[in-house]
Amino acid sequence: MVVIDTVHRVPAMAAIINLNHHPSYVHWHFFQMSVSNIVVIALMLVVFVAAILVPFPSRRTSKGAS
Amino acid sequence: MSASEEHSWTAAVRERAVAALPPEKLLSDRQPTYVASWIYVFGVLSLASLAVIIGSGTILALKGPGWWHFTGVGHFFNGTHLWAVELFFFFMIIHLWGKYWMAAWRGGRVGVWITGAVTFLVAIPCALTGYVSQQNFDAQWISTQAKDAMNAAGIGSFFNLLNFGQMYSYHVLLLPAAVVGIVIAHVLLVRKHGVVPPFTVPSTGDGADASTPAREEVSS
Repeated sequence: MVVIDTVHRVPAMAAIINLNHHPSYVHWHFFQMSVSNIVVIALMLVVFVAAILVPFPSRRTSKGAS
Repeated sequence: MSASEEHSWTAAVRERAVAALPPEKLLSDRQPTYVASWIYVFGVLSLASLAVIIGSGTILALKGPGWWHFTGVGHFFNGTHLWAVELFFFFMIIHLWGKYWMAAWRGGRVGVWITGAVTFLVAIPCALTGYVSQQNFDAQWISTQAKDAMNAAGIGSFFNLLNFGQMYSYHVLLLPAAVVGIVIAHVLLVRKHGVVPPFTVPSTGDGADASTPAREEVSS
């Protein structure tokens, strides 16, 4: 009988960053947040500012368009 | 058949629907020029993420936990589902920030704002019930911790985090149906009222018309 080890036969793709450790936290007085959450919030702020400042590619339309 | 009988409730609903959302508004192919900014893209990015969430979630539900935990393709769809949710919230929050600073409830758009806010609030438990639907030790740990939070809030008799059947039903049916339903209402209201225009700039008094935002329309 052939037994297929489905757990080890298909290796899962490893994460780009090693996640196999305890999470890191920033703790300052009352403020406590995981580094990963801080990174996501910082990324959202960066994308938000970029969305306002970066010019949007647009096609030229005829002046008579309504 | 008399004229009064011909005017049935279906005809009344159709007439009201067409009056509120004529086809050229419902499926508009032109938008004002002020929409040509990246900040207006995050609503549709949220919609795209939601479509991926629903699609990947449907496949996960069809195949089951033995597939999503123990096969390569299952891992892929499991990861796709997770990261689509991450992107959904990422885009939705930027969309929220943008609309907040535009005061997007102006011009009779209160309903648009409220349906967006309710979508955000309903999407949170929709995502959180996914953590306890994984069917692994992680889900067990989260459910035992979260049920204490529910009990402390006094709603433990309504939401039993240790009841897998209840949580799974919430995650794959009730809450997604609510999110999709409210999102459809949100999009229809946006189509009805149009995208909120930018704030007007006070005139400089030199004859230049700085108070009117660009109204020239472009194809969407």
